[in-house]
Amino acid sequence: MFTTFRDLFRYNAEFAIGFVLVGLVVVFSCLSFVSPIDPTAVYRAPLDVPPNWQYWFGTNSRGQDMFWELSFSFRNTLTFGITVALISRVISIVIGLASGYLGGWVDRVLMFVNDIFVAIPIFPILILFYFVMRANSNSFVLALLMACFGWPYDARLIRSVAVGLRYREFTRQAVFAGMSPVRIMLQEHLPYVMPIIFATAMANMIWAIGLEVTLAVLGFTNLNIPTVGTTLYWANNHSALIVGTWWWIAIPVIIVILLFVGLFLLAVSLNEHIDPRSRLRRMGA
Amino acid sequence: MADILTVEALKAYYLMNMFGVQREVRAVDDITLSIGRNEVYGIAGESSSGKTSFIKVLAAAIRPPLRVIEGSATYHFKSGDIDVARATPQQIEEIRWKSLSYIMQGSMSVLNPLRKVGRIFEDFAARPLGLSGSAFRQRIVGHLERLKLSPHVLESYAHELSGGMRQRVTIGLATVCSPEFVIADEPTTALDVVVQKDVLGLIKSLQRDMGSSIIFVTHDMSVHANIADRVGIIYAGRLVEEAPTRALFTAPRHPYTAHLVASLPRIGDTRQRPTLEGRPPNLASPPSGCRFHPRCPLAIDKCRTDVPPLETIAPGRRTACWRWRDVEPLTGPVPVAEEIGA
Amino acid sequence: MSALLEVRGVTKHFPIGGMLSGRQVRAVEDANFSVGDSGAEIFTIIGESGSGKTTLARMILGLERPTSGEILFGGQPVTHPSRRERLAFMAKVQPVFQNPFEAFNPLKRVERYLAATARRFLGLRDRAAIDKAVDESLHKVGLSLAEVRGRFPHELSGGQLQRAAIARALIPGPSLLIADEPVSMVDASLRMAIVNLLRNLRDNFGVTVIYITHDLATAYYISDRLVIMQRGLIVEMGPARPILDDPVHPYSKLLKSSVLAVDAIGSDLAIDPQLLAAGNADAGSTAVPLQPGPDGRLVRAVAI
Repeated sequence: MFTTFRDLFRYNAEFAIGFVLVGLVVVFSCLSFVSPIDPTAVYRAPLDVPPNWQYWFGTNSRGQDMFWELSFSFRNTLTFGITVALISRVISIVIGLASGYLGGWVDRVLMFVNDIFVAIPIFPILILFYFVMRANSNSFVLALLMACFGWPYDARLIRSVAVGLRYREFTRQAVFAGMSPVRIMLQEHLPYVMPIIFATAMANMIWAIGLEVTLAVLGFTNLNIPTVGTTLYWANNHSALIVGTWWWIAIPVIIVILLFVGLFLLAVSLNEHIDPRSRLRRMGA
Repeated sequence: MADILTVEALKAYYLMNMFGVQREVRAVDDITLSIGRNEVYGIAGESSSGKTSFIKVLAAAIRPPLRVIEGSATYHFKSGDIDVARATPQQIEEIRWKSLSYIMQGSMSVLNPLRKVGRIFEDFAARPLGLSGSAFRQRIVGHLERLKLSPHVLESYAHELSGGMRQRVTIGLATVCSPEFVIADEPTTALDVVVQKDVLGLIKSLQRDMGSSIIFVTHDMSVHANIADRVGIIYAGRLVEEAPTRALFTAPRHPYTAHLVASLPRIGDTRQRPTLEGRPPNLASPPSGCRFHPRCPLAIDKCRTDVPPLETIAPGRRTACWRWRDVEPLTGPVPVAEEIGA
Repeated sequence: MSALLEVRGVTKHFPIGGMLSGRQVRAVEDANFSVGDSGAEIFTIIGESGSGKTTLARMILGLERPTSGEILFGGQPVTHPSRRERLAFMAKVQPVFQNPFEAFNPLKRVERYLAATARRFLGLRDRAAIDKAVDESLHKVGLSLAEVRGRFPHELSGGQLQRAAIARALIPGPSLLIADEPVSMVDASLRMAIVNLLRNLRDNFGVTVIYITHDLATAYYISDRLVIMQRGLIVEMGPARPILDDPVHPYSKLLKSSVLAVDAIGSDLAIDPQLLAAGNADAGSTAVPLQPGPDGRLVRAVAI
């Protein structure tokens, strides 16, 4: 594990850059754990101060220190993205591998359900969810809901790989070695879909964060929870660009872009490293 | 007999550097040979013996990580000499298909499944032949006739043809421009026995008609026995023996060749076949001295330390073995090998 | 002694062009034979691609259900509804696959399949007992655990991999091995080691082998009995060497004449067109029965 990391860092520029970018955002968001301020409190700082030595990221029109405020926002946003990606990965792995390996009616039923989820429009459902839940909505329930919509394309992708693996001779060897279907799926086939899982996890995080920002900007999430989306919502609400408090919008947007670029680079470089073909070549095959 | 191909001290290695893991695989290690006009030269070797890499160099398909380190592979075409190890892409484009063509194992990889066979012929051959329209079509139909194929195949897609017909079409594609040199890489390996014999006969008769030279690669010694004029045996990146086919089969002068010939089963012969122990060496770390010594029944101390040179032992015969004089010509009963695990 | 394996009137049709088109391809048609009637033997199924030999093998392994007819192993049908029965069957009948380089997951160590087999079929739990069983089995094929332990598939040669695959299949102590083209992908210098090994398994360990191949020369070398299949139909069956020395059915004759001679170097590669036409003629239907021929063989009469 450590040597993998060291090799990647040393020989792969994409990984190094991606790691540094994502690492910076993560460290920044972790600072919120030692924050001196309460992120929900307002009018504790002078209003509309541009970035300076005291307030690194300036303050906003609600009297909040943007440095600490954004630290909380990114922590929540990252947690949200990771939760969605993790849960939806688990669903897509289980469904994709089972569907591909077991085949037959299992495959038909699972892919039928899969296609229903592809067809359902997610955005109206999320808005409906907001109106039903209102004050009770929290990030975790929202993440759960989005995870339920984030798996079907990837499950299909995983299934297509698993179908190919099912007919490989080593799978039949495993069957006649008495391995159970679950073991074959998780130990024999999972390594082959790992590249897909990594690549789609990053893409899924980007999708989830983007959707959360969209919802929040439109005011369809719990606005008391500081996230990147709600930050932009309040900035917009206070006409930040017209008033001239550009840093209120520019800084979170820049950090989000850095985060997305970092995640993308990590996905690309990890993919190359984890790809069975490149792994085999490194092993000397 | 003038030579059409001269390979001199060719070394082609795979150089890889992945996440700090550096590997050097000496796939082709100092091969020197020449092939005459109108000759079928057989190359035999096992998987990962370097024969595929050697063919890649000859086919001018040298792409990283494969690199030519030393030596040359020069074709003497009528249009001029060309060293494919150093030629520019333009020069290679000039000779490709017109003077140098290929017959490959998987016919489906050449035949685009979405194009009719007639269109594929146009794609490959119209430009090198410099023909178009009805003249081109006439030429193709005439060529297909030699291959015992009806003109109807031109209107078919590849999947509509049987395996044997598909392989005929690929042979047709490779030979339609009457190339001076054809590289045939395991062209009959995936075919059924009846079709295989038929396709071999076809290749042989086309070669005679056109006067082309063929380098014919296969691991199947019985195919070499039937098609090649001369055979070169490659083991672990080196040419270990080269001889006219009949001499190679009746009196091999390298222990590896002797084993290959002796282990061929024949109908009507129930004698126990010998088993060769060990495995082909890893080209990333080949054994010292003669690369065959760990598996060789004749190995002596010298074999472990000194690399035997490929020496000419008779006109047209070369072998790389310190003890070639002691290699038994395998007539008479084959020695009974030790039973495995018994 | 009753037969180890009985194939009775087995037919397999595959629908083509969708479920509703009603068109079917005949993979195997009315196959009847029994294997291992009198002790261990090597029973060879010879056929070209599309002859149905692989479908037949899959049906014997219980991976495919016959459209009609039945396959009995030790008097019991080979398709088992429950996993427990299926495992008990797999302990007795094991496959050897065609491509040794594909036989093991390239990302996993080879020994893991052997250990899994020992754990599942021999019920072994502790490490030492598993190692012992694995090592014993590897010794039967001329390998040892020391050579295989910790190795990935790419670190072994095709011959070693195929032997390891056979060792894996031998762990539960099967009485029948189904080897589908086990040497077609193995290098020439290693091929005879595998073929000799199959023979050794029959002679010294009493394992019956169903050897599926298109190669008449190795079939001649190791088989006791054989069947020749053409487009799903058995055209000739019986004792191996008499049939290959002197085939009767036109298709069998064609196959034999297509074997590349090693001794007659530079010989003519032409195939007798008459033989080709006769051999490629439709094998006919099951309406034309198999009839007794010389040397105790059965030959399908040619419908003209």
